[in-house]
Amino acid sequence: MSPDLLKLIFGRLGLDSLPLHEPILVATFVMVALCGGALFAGVTYFRLWGYLWREWFTTVDHKRIGIMYMILGIVMLLRGFADALMMRAQQALAFNGSEGFLPAHHYDQVFTAHGVIMIFFVAMPLVTGLMNYVVPLQIGARDVSFPFLNNFSFWMTVGGAVLVMASLFIGEFARTGWLAYPPLSNIGYSPDVGVDYYIWALQVAGVGTTLSGINLICTIVKLRCPGMTMMKMPVFTWTALCTNILIVASFPVLTVVLALLSLDRYVGTNFFTNDFGGSPMMYVNLIWIWGHPEVYILVLPAFGIFSEVTSTFSGKRLFGYTSMVYATVVITILSYLVWLHHFFTMGSGASVNSFFGITTMIISIPTGAKMFNWLFTMYRGRIRFELPMLWTIAFMLTFVLGGMTGVLLAVPPADFVLHNSLFLIAHFHNVIIGGVVFGAFAGINYWFPKAFGFKLDPFWGKLSFWFWVTGFYMAFMPLYVLGLMGVTRRLRVFDDPSLQIWFVIAAIGAGLVFLGILCMLMQFAVSFLKREQLKDVTGDPWDARTLEWATSSPPPDYNFAFTPVVHDNDAWWDMKKRGYQRPLTGFKPIHMPSSTGTGIILAGLATAMGFGLIWYIWWLAAASFIAMLAVGIGHTFNYHRDFDIPADDVIRAEDSRTKLLAGAK
Amino acid sequence: MTVAVNPSQTGEPVFYVADEHPHPEGYSTSLGFWIYLMSDCLIFAMLFAAFGVLGANYAAGPAPKDLFDLNLVAVNTSMLLLSSITYGFAMLTMQQNKIAQTQMWLAITGLFGVAFISIELTEFAHMIHEGATPQRSAFLSSFFTLVGTHGLHVSCGLIWLVTLMVQVWRFGLIEANRRRLMCLSMFWHFLDVVWIGVFTFVYLLGVLR
Repeated sequence: MSPDLLKLIFGRLGLDSLPLHEPILVATFVMVALCGGALFAGVTYFRLWGYLWREWFTTVDHKRIGIMYMILGIVMLLRGFADALMMRAQQALAFNGSEGFLPAHHYDQVFTAHGVIMIFFVAMPLVTGLMNYVVPLQIGARDVSFPFLNNFSFWMTVGGAVLVMASLFIGEFARTGWLAYPPLSNIGYSPDVGVDYYIWALQVAGVGTTLSGINLICTIVKLRCPGMTMMKMPVFTWTALCTNILIVASFPVLTVVLALLSLDRYVGTNFFTNDFGGSPMMYVNLIWIWGHPEVYILVLPAFGIFSEVTSTFSGKRLFGYTSMVYATVVITILSYLVWLHHFFTMGSGASVNSFFGITTMIISIPTGAKMFNWLFTMYRGRIRFELPMLWTIAFMLTFVLGGMTGVLLAVPPADFVLHNSLFLIAHFHNVIIGGVVFGAFAGINYWFPKAFGFKLDPFWGKLSFWFWVTGFYMAFMPLYVLGLMGVTRRLRVFDDPSLQIWFVIAAIGAGLVFLGILCMLMQFAVSFLKREQLKDVTGDPWDARTLEWATSSPPPDYNFAFTPVVHDNDAWWDMKKRGYQRPLTGFKPIHMPSSTGTGIILAGLATAMGFGLIWYIWWLAAASFIAMLAVGIGHTFNYHRDFDIPADDVIRAEDSRTKLLAGAK
Repeated sequence: MTVAVNPSQTGEPVFYVADEHPHPEGYSTSLGFWIYLMSDCLIFAMLFAAFGVLGANYAAGPAPKDLFDLNLVAVNTSMLLLSSITYGFAMLTMQQNKIAQTQMWLAITGLFGVAFISIELTEFAHMIHEGATPQRSAFLSSFFTLVGTHGLHVSCGLIWLVTLMVQVWRFGLIEANRRRLMCLSMFWHFLDVVWIGVFTFVYLLGVLR
């Protein structure tokens, strides 16, 4: 075939785009292909495709979508962590003239992919998954406000993840660092597909994130059960509300920044170029106007989880509920006033730097207030050291440390020394792992019995906990030291042999974290095998306080047979204390949304369009775009999107729960 | 929630709603759509900000004075403003359940929208013909992006308008269609407001600069 025709069909995709010359990637591909093939064969052999399609892929049930988000987050955690291990190994080895095992071309992709994956496809899905699962249950709702949109949002997030994963084996990923600063990310310096993968993965996933933010705001504002005023909402719901407001008010900024970068790359405009009046620093400003709220998007729900866990496992009402709410809201607002602290060295001058330095330090005040609230909740409580509580305590110690180094970095002169050093790397891993990751694990251990009807195995959980915590400290404390010595981030080889010992310690720490992850996977497997022993029939295994524990574990499709009425902050605790009797008669049909395949189809088309744009396969991009439009419009011609669960089904589900409860007594 | 909590005569606390009515369909739609509009507003805010930063970086190329024909832009603005008025008439007739008149006003709105887009494209073509391409300078990059994004929104609105006209024709002014017309109405007026910003900050202030 003529080269012109090939170019028309495949764009710039060719056989040489496959990384056949890189043994690490080939081996990874073989592994992934084998595992993927086995999974595919297994699902086919057990004839599960129909079940998966009907019950999971097309579901609009917020609980199932929440679980799928969690699975996505955990799968991507494995990928992101593999990158982390490679970096730690490379840096521990590349001394005394050794080049390590990663060539520069590959190493740069690894640290970029690590950052992008961990933030967008691990932390975000874990946080969104927990909010999706828990929030409607906590507010006594049957589902979210826009169930179809919820399904669509999830699959868009998956689409972004698929594009990032595809870059591993088809072409390459960006070599620019996780925020892809121009001019490096512009077409002149990054002419290949890496940055385009980055852009389209984030754009596709970003649509999903924004829509899910709108969805959860509406859910919390409109669908609370009677009696639940704003100041009676559980703290997790409050943090979810603030997080989703942050999402809606910041992700459009990311969308615009990336769109402008793509215009520079595809059309040749001059937004972020060095010549023709462009301004690369405008990119840095804009992306951090999104980027700083983003870290609070991640950590606020974690704060909510810790609040729920602390009061449940201390057997006490949360100390200072009102101050907790106000602290959350204040953090939400302040998070927009600090973005410039990410680039004090840009040269904005002393006055601007001082302003942003001071606002940054002020954020530590509401955060500190939260910390004291948790401590006072624990004070004189009957603390049960179950897994969620262990993660919470580890968080409190770790996060305070990370917060202190953050305040240190907020001092502009100190930042001039520590900017872009490993001290900064240590700081943000300290708050993101210590805050968001520990929070997600606390949440998983806390709500797992609600979602699946059996608790997680405590032995493997504790093993995982100790490996993670000790591994974390071993991996990141040396980086503080190295950073203070002046080692900058993203280095691949080192000249000074005296630094090596610190990198070796950090690598061992990463190895311990790896064991922690393995133990966690083991914990899931063991718990599944021992599910009869770990079974929870009460629906309230922790003697907890909020509404999600009022229904069965796992909850029925409709969540609550009768919509609850709330009188107190700790609604379920109040119900237990005041002799609530579960209704046994009078069930009615329940109105619910129907499943639809439109979400996954639209997201699949969006992913195909992204792929076409990345590889300049214009026909594919155009065809998928038109198909998206057609499917989207076609979907609006379906006016019957709901059905009624018959009263008989409700009676059957509730009767079986009555039997279970009687058996438990 | 608009349900009656069952009255409790005995003073016993009530913990659940015995006689429940589901939320009406589209219960959250106007709030959700409003929040979406605000997120879209942020997109425009960013583009305005980019224009504010880069709008004077002509890179020795053409400046607004050389390019903008305010008379043409004034005509264009009036097209969009008139389309907002006619959309308002469509909503009024919708409330009176007059399908034919609603459809007529929607069609007129669409025609004004098409006129707006056509004039805008003519203006773009003229500028590009004169060498004032988006690649020429950061000013032109941000100009074409801001104005073009608005035009893209109007085009999406037009596709949406046609879709809704088909749906009203097929299914009548049922509750769902009324809700959709209301959403498009908000969208359309929102674009009008954004255009007033564009007209003021890009064209008028540009020519003054």
